[in-house]
Amino acid sequence: MPDWSQLIRRRLEGLNLAPTREAEIIEELNQHLNDRYEEVLASGATTEEATRTIISELDSGGLVAELQPLLRPAPDLPAMGERHAGGHIAQLWRDIRYGARLLQRNPGFAMVAILSLALGIGANTAIFQLLDAILLRSLPVDHPEELADVVIVKAEGGRTGWFSGEHPQLTSPLWQQISQEQQGFSHLAAWNMQSLNLTQGGEARYANALWVTGNFFETLGVRAAHGRLLSEADDQAGCGGAVVISNAFWQREFGGRGDVLGNTLRLEGHPFEIIGITPASFYGVEVGRNFDVALPACAEPVANSPSRMKNPAGWWLAAIGRLKQGWTAERASAQLASASSGILAATIPSGYDALDRERYLKFQLGVRPAASGVSSLRAEYETPLWLLLAVAGLVLLIACANLANLMMARANSRLREMAVRLALGASPFRLASQMLAESLLLAGIGAAVGAGLAQLLSRLLVSFLSTENTQVFVSLIPDWRVLAFTSGLTLLTAILFGLLPAVQSARTPPAEAMKASGRGTTAGRDRHSMRRALVISQVALSLVLLVGALLFVRTLQNLEKVETGFHRTNVLVSTMDFTALNIPQPQRTTYRQQILERLRSIPGVDSAAGSNIIPVSGEGWNDNINVSEFGIRRAVANFDQVTPGYFHTMRTPLIAGRDFSESDTLSSPLVAVVTETFVRKFLKGTNPVGKTFSVVLGDGKPERAYQIVGLVKDVKYSSLREEFTPIVFVSELQDQQPDPYSQVLLRADVPLADVIAAVKKEMAALNPGIVLKFSVFDTIVREGLLRERLMATLSGFFGLLAAILAMVGLYGVVSYMVARRKNEIGIRIALGAKATSILGMILREAARLVGIGLGIGAILALFAGTAASAMLFQMKPSDPLTLVTAGASLAAVAVAASLLPAHRAAKLDPMQALREE
Amino acid sequence: MDRELKKGSAELLILSLIENRPRHGYEISKLIESRSDGVLRFNVASFYPLLYRLEQRGFIEGRWVEKAGQRRRRYYRLTAQGRKMLKEQRSTWRDFVNAMNQITGAEHA
Repeated sequence: MPDWSQLIRRRLEGLNLAPTREAEIIEELNQHLNDRYEEVLASGATTEEATRTIISELDSGGLVAELQPLLRPAPDLPAMGERHAGGHIAQLWRDIRYGARLLQRNPGFAMVAILSLALGIGANTAIFQLLDAILLRSLPVDHPEELADVVIVKAEGGRTGWFSGEHPQLTSPLWQQISQEQQGFSHLAAWNMQSLNLTQGGEARYANALWVTGNFFETLGVRAAHGRLLSEADDQAGCGGAVVISNAFWQREFGGRGDVLGNTLRLEGHPFEIIGITPASFYGVEVGRNFDVALPACAEPVANSPSRMKNPAGWWLAAIGRLKQGWTAERASAQLASASSGILAATIPSGYDALDRERYLKFQLGVRPAASGVSSLRAEYETPLWLLLAVAGLVLLIACANLANLMMARANSRLREMAVRLALGASPFRLASQMLAESLLLAGIGAAVGAGLAQLLSRLLVSFLSTENTQVFVSLIPDWRVLAFTSGLTLLTAILFGLLPAVQSARTPPAEAMKASGRGTTAGRDRHSMRRALVISQVALSLVLLVGALLFVRTLQNLEKVETGFHRTNVLVSTMDFTALNIPQPQRTTYRQQILERLRSIPGVDSAAGSNIIPVSGEGWNDNINVSEFGIRRAVANFDQVTPGYFHTMRTPLIAGRDFSESDTLSSPLVAVVTETFVRKFLKGTNPVGKTFSVVLGDGKPERAYQIVGLVKDVKYSSLREEFTPIVFVSELQDQQPDPYSQVLLRADVPLADVIAAVKKEMAALNPGIVLKFSVFDTIVREGLLRERLMATLSGFFGLLAAILAMVGLYGVVSYMVARRKNEIGIRIALGAKATSILGMILREAARLVGIGLGIGAILALFAGTAASAMLFQMKPSDPLTLVTAGASLAAVAVAASLLPAHRAAKLDPMQALREE
Repeated sequence: MDRELKKGSAELLILSLIENRPRHGYEISKLIESRSDGVLRFNVASFYPLLYRLEQRGFIEGRWVEKAGQRRRRYYRLTAQGRKMLKEQRSTWRDFVNAMNQITGAEHA
């Protein structure tokens, strides 16, 4: 008998019926035609005649026209069997719309999924955005890829001299020699960044000043937004005093007024004429630190005394240039390296002794690509940011595992639907791609919310990195890299959590699925073991993150309570700059004394003392010393110059001898106070009081001899992380060349804000021309731990998030397990099992999952810990206490998470459970 | 026979044929043909749209029924609404036929 179904289907095609409806109609009409066919044959027709009759009857009544108004076309349900017309995109679109309707019907699931994805994708995007801004982004100038900078690539034994600015690569003579000898650059410019005071007297306000050579803007290809920029003519001997301001500074200081060109801007008290404004996009060449004003390098000596430019051993300039056509950084580097010896020989600083000279001549110059400018943030935050990105990535992975679990649970409840569709001829591929479309939709929404969240988070991160003294400016406008990262992540996420359930549902044999509600089938068991595996990996990953978080938190704690040798609270750091008063050098010490006396008289000030170096602020000063008695030659020691009363103010215990006194003056022998480490390293642990050492001054000058009068406890010098270093304190009262400012530490027992107000009043009374600057010592110390705090806070947050996600996953799996075994549990209870034994049974099962997870996690944590070991302090990456604490707390929450479903199982009514069979 | 008239009357025929027991489509169409002595005949293309329209309006209800050794078939039965409708249509039809008879003067000798 002929099969009529193809004939019927072809006639129905235009109606675009719902596939199930279409199938039913075809079946029904097919049977009718069969009956009719037999009838026609029975009446004596041949098979050909009968077939012709049937076809003509099928076509005579206008089947389609009649059915058209009657039957609704298919809703957007994806195809059961054959593919709809409209291609892949239309197909995908239909799948996504279908997915959207499913999600609408299940808002709880949708919320949880979108929220966890938004958090995961948001955190990743935020961190990547910061990474991109600090590490990857090119400078906003023409052809940034042509830019390169000149540095000393090899400096064995280190450089000697005075260093200023964040990027002190070259001295002035070195720069001049290089710009003459180099061949690879079409333009080469030099720059230095310095804070310059905008006020004249009272509390200081700073502008980020960029000292630049005349060709700086031309080299970068930056054009003026208003007026003109600095040129070679501005940077000549007899410097005219022109200044270019940044767009941001123009807006901030002048409200964007149009008439600022030609106005005078006072910096460190000196007048400069504003000649132009740079475009808004240009922030300088240092990422993270925007410039406010740009000044010709020739004007540097008027702002600084002693001048950096005039010091032959003053390292202050950085060079950036544009490579000639056809030149690479390597080629330029090779050229400069070959010219190194000549350049160096011509520029040996006059003050160097034989050893310094020998080292200097062995330096090697080189060229590095500088398309993304320079940044001091890079060295400090590159590792932490990559590490945090990895951590955030793991959190996202855990979130994906959770979602995969949820999706599988949903797929399970739709097993029958899937089976029906498979049975009706839908291809497994279609079903899988439909599930994937759903995941894609979820990931897409999650990513959109996450991207919004990332804008907030990354700004929060930047404000975290900014300190009182260093504002961090980075452009956080997402560029193509951020967009690519986020979309890539979204796609990957969707595949990660969508693929497993998709494959699972497509693989289930329809007959199996149709038979029962999925219980007891092989597919079900498969599915369940997959979910267990997911939970195990979640537990393992969250243990890694928790261990990491604990390591960083404890590192921060260790650093915060590390023995420093001083008390850091209630101390105000105040700088009084009296350059403008033009006090002759010999009288400066007396003037400083006067200032100190006035400060000490302020009510609430317990003690006050001057100090050249603020501990752990990053400042430093070291010199070579000889201790002839113990045969020590040219050993390096840290130095600080302080007034009497400094140790009392800092609460640094005096162990032996005495503090400096008013009677140590220029006319008395030079005295010093040393620390325990100094004694241990250079004096073989003997009693230092009365011993002598000398400072190597170089420059052909004789060594300067000091007598040790006191011994103090070890104190931290440049950072909290460092081991104690040998420190020499010398007396400010014996300073032969006092600077026209004094830096004072005040310990107060009243609020520091009151002290600041009182200091301002006292100084204004002394002389209104004195420029003041304040900072809180405790803040300085804490800002030194910024990186550690960042790591502790963020990894702690991520660790917690990971643990919560893992516990949600565990709860889900245990609940599912209980639901699946309802029957069995019912029988057990009916046969007399006690509630506690049921509880135990479920908890044991959960404990097994958690136990395996913790075991794997512990091994992973050990590996991960070593990757971060450089950032830890007084902690081993394999610290057993940390591992045990993290494991135990995770286990404890795991018990709590499985207790609820276990309790439900124990309270099961056996009658009801069995009736549901 | 006139197409519209046939369609209008066919609804009544279908409803009455399944008044007492469910029947499948082919059975219904054969019964219409045989009971009208071949005067009323529907082919597949015009019959099923009728059935589906009745079903859509809620007068009849189709259900797949499987019998041992046979392929499953779709059986139609009358719904409560259909029963009401049948009653109304029957009386309307009866009135109409009576009226027609009176006017056309069928002679009863």
